[in-house]
Amino acid sequence: MSHQHLSPEVEDYLEHLYMRQHEGYTGELPALSDRGMGELLRHHLAVLEDGGVTLTQDGLAKAERAVRRHRLAERLLHDVIDVHGRDVDHAACEFEHSLHHGVDEHICTLLGHPKTCPHGRAIPPGPCCREQKRAADAAIAPLSTMKKDERGTIAYLSSRQPETVQKLMALGALPGAAVHVIQLFPSVVFQVGQTQIAVDSALAGDIYVRRAGER
Amino acid sequence: MTTLPRLPRPTAPTAPTAKDPCPCAEPARASGHPLLAIIGCPNVGKSVIFNRLTGAYVTVSNYPGTTVEVSRGHTTVGGCAVEVVDTPGMYALLPITEEEAVARRLLLEEHPRQVLHVVDAKNLQRMLPMTLQLLEADLPVTLALNMLDEAEELGFRFDAAELGRALGIPVLGTAGASGRGIAELRAALGAAMTARAECAEYNSAAPVCAEGDSATPVGGVCITYDARIERAVGAIIALIGRPAALAERALALLLLQGDAEIEALVAARASPAALAQVRAIVAETAAQFAQPLRIVIALRRQAVANDIIARTVQAPAEQQRPKLEWLSQLLMHPLAGLPVVALVLYFGIYQFVGMFGAGTLVGLLEENLFGGIINPWLTSVIEGWLPPLWSNLFVGEYGIFTLGITYAVAIVLPIVGLFFLVFSLMEDSGYLPRLAMLIDRIFKQIGLNGRAVIPLVLGFGCDTMATMTTRVLETRRERIIVTLLLALAIPCSAQSGVFLGMLSQVGPAALGIYVAVIVLIFLTVGLLAAKVLPGQRPHFYIELPPLRLPRISNVLVKTYTRLEWYFIEVLPLFILASVLLWLGSLTLQGGQLAFVPHAGLFGAIERALDPLAALIGLPTTADVAQNPALKFTGGTILLTGFFRRDFGAAGLADLFADGLLSPVQVVVSAVTFTLFLPCIAQFLVMKKERGLRTALGMAAFVLIISFGAGALLRVMLMATGWMGR
Ligand SMILES: Nc1nc2c(ncn2[C@@H]2O[C@H](COP(=O)(O)OP(=O)(O)O)[C@@H](O)[C@H]2O)c(=O)[nH]1
Ligand SMILES: [Zn+2]
Ligand SMILES: [Zn+2]
Ligand SMILES: [Zn+2]
Repeated sequence: MSHQHLSPEVEDYLEHLYMRQHEGYTGELPALSDRGMGELLRHHLAVLEDGGVTLTQDGLAKAERAVRRHRLAERLLHDVIDVHGRDVDHAACEFEHSLHHGVDEHICTLLGHPKTCPHGRAIPPGPCCREQKRAADAAIAPLSTMKKDERGTIAYLSSRQPETVQKLMALGALPGAAVHVIQLFPSVVFQVGQTQIAVDSALAGDIYVRRAGER
Repeated sequence: MTTLPRLPRPTAPTAPTAKDPCPCAEPARASGHPLLAIIGCPNVGKSVIFNRLTGAYVTVSNYPGTTVEVSRGHTTVGGCAVEVVDTPGMYALLPITEEEAVARRLLLEEHPRQVLHVVDAKNLQRMLPMTLQLLEADLPVTLALNMLDEAEELGFRFDAAELGRALGIPVLGTAGASGRGIAELRAALGAAMTARAECAEYNSAAPVCAEGDSATPVGGVCITYDARIERAVGAIIALIGRPAALAERALALLLLQGDAEIEALVAARASPAALAQVRAIVAETAAQFAQPLRIVIALRRQAVANDIIARTVQAPAEQQRPKLEWLSQLLMHPLAGLPVVALVLYFGIYQFVGMFGAGTLVGLLEENLFGGIINPWLTSVIEGWLPPLWSNLFVGEYGIFTLGITYAVAIVLPIVGLFFLVFSLMEDSGYLPRLAMLIDRIFKQIGLNGRAVIPLVLGFGCDTMATMTTRVLETRRERIIVTLLLALAIPCSAQSGVFLGMLSQVGPAALGIYVAVIVLIFLTVGLLAAKVLPGQRPHFYIELPPLRLPRISNVLVKTYTRLEWYFIEVLPLFILASVLLWLGSLTLQGGQLAFVPHAGLFGAIERALDPLAALIGLPTTADVAQNPALKFTGGTILLTGFFRRDFGAAGLADLFADGLLSPVQVVVSAVTFTLFLPCIAQFLVMKKERGLRTALGMAAFVLIISFGAGALLRVMLMATGWMGR
């Protein structure tokens, strides 16, 4: 993707096109000057069809990033700077346009890769979010795939039998509890708190653990 | 949202007077004594504390309408007689198993004056949430931090007074096994149950709920859940009020967690419209969370517990390994563990129960004590008093004393007693769960999981008792498979003691064939049952308690209780068997009623059973007529064996001792009678636990397999001519 800067006017227009095409937005599109329209068409971001404007592939990608920047800006203003109400919209519209060159990635990481803006709309994930998810997936593994003597913290229990989950929790195997794998065969044995529990490998596959030493 | 007023605790602050030393008589209870209920997770030492409090006089009975056993006893606390009940283990107020349901029903229906929650101190973190739950339910709780010795050794330090203030209830450290802290516990219970001044301190502890907090303050703590849950709780309370002995808030929370029993309780009192509304609220609230509500609620309660613990408990700096960890790992090792199983079976069961119990002890008791002293003396006395017809009822061939009581006391008692001793040792040392985790993979093949090892091992002691413990299994499918395997392929100790003795005298080949056939049938039937019976495979999970050196007193008490139960169950049947055998041997001789063995009704049945006896090559009535040295026909053994399997085994041993059985006959009959129909006591328990139809079906199946296998084995052995003919 090239680094040419679009004018704020065009970015806003793209955002609204995106929302209309992907989020069922039915309101007005912002006014766009002839210069702006020229910019849009020159960069092949949109085409004129049946008297309407439609995003191209390239335009869609640009629009998505613009939406992302806008909503990240909202999150930043709302969560960190504590701006509320209508002020968020205005300030975000000013702010978003300066979040280029990967600054949005830094903000996103700083905010912990938020999934929604303060209004509850989805923030399209950026490369940083996808990277984080991959890392998180690798760090969380079923207990059955861990090694003997490995340590970690229970992330979640995925068993479809709520009663089994309840029993495991009563034995201390709660999300957040530190675990220590003692043995893997013939049954998986692990320690949580001061309790040792033996489970079969199927159940051990339902206990997801955040391995120690990984983030 | 309104702040709920704290409900007054049901205490009667009447001062004790000299005439009425018990300030706590409770007219609501039939016994007139207020109730102290001991509750807590399994294996935290409830029974030990119960025994410490109550002493020797304890009754064990089934909870009404269930097969779950509950022990009750009496004691005096604070100068006041109270009834104490030891409940089955319970992990949370939201029950999963029948045992947990019983424990909760007891809390709901019997209105205990005081609830003693016993926890394992080193595991306080995971057990404190249940204390909070009890407080939420507005039950009057005292908390015992038991196993304090173990916790302190791991480096835990408890500020019980501070914890007591935080919870607003009396908290005491105890070590039930050594008796430490029991006197203080008794004093605290006395104070709480008689509502003396001492406990006012706790009752008046000001709750610390924030202004506008919707939660009921619980002692000193305030458990507020997610706002959406609190809203639902408020709405449900408005609809249902207080239909049971638990606080509204606790009921509403249980309803939110999908508690069917509480829902039924509400359905009985509230209008259908209100119930429908409650259901709608529950569904709506559940839809708002990604996780089931029971988990959301449990996590919150845990967070509150963690908070309290952080203030009152000093935990060891790092995770501690238990004391005997190396031994524990050895026992659980996939390779090293198996020889240990073999050693335990060889020394614990074969040598101790089989050789020492069935051999030495039975020899001493049966031959020397009963055969040499008691029975001759009784016979001479009774024959002096009564005519032969009646004396035979008491001291004849099938006499109540000479057969029934002699078999029960001299043959069965020592064998079963030693077995229960070994079993209690395995149980108290923590070995059984380790055996379960070792064997789980193999048991999965026969439709079971590792947990089934407990009833199956117990079956080697007494199949009847083991059938009752199939309740620890979670699915109906497992219970059926285990019940069938117990009825078919697990010889009880009295029986195996006798057979092992006979077979090892015939030779190692005989013993080998016997064991191979039984194991083969066990596995085949298990595999087939797992294929045929529908149902999902349950998960296996089991807590591995730390290995402990068993306390002899505790082991002896347990063994004694089991033996007492066994004896009460068995002795009447042995006496009944004697009476029936006597009745069946009555016949008319010269116009007079007389007692003649192998005649009368019993003789007729023996003749009817001749084809079965011939099938497995045992003596028939014709053989007995030819050779008077033969005391029993195969039919006699079958018939007596149905009263008690061990009874039949004893009959075979009698024939064998007189040199009247060939090697083939010994192997074939040992196989057949091991597989054969369970004794009548076991059949009755099967009927009670599994229903008449299932029990009859199993009995028919066992009959066919046992005689089929016996006949087939006989044909094969005869054809090869390997063991003679
Ligand atoms: N070290 C130690 N062991 C205990 C203590 N109390 C009970 N035990 C042991 O813990 C095991 C379980 O006790 P039990 O009373 O049967 O538990 P229940 O299932 O809660 O009734 C037994 O082996 C007891 O000997 C204690 O205070 N300290
Ligand atoms: Zn904008
Ligand atoms: Zn927004
Ligand atoms: Zn991101």
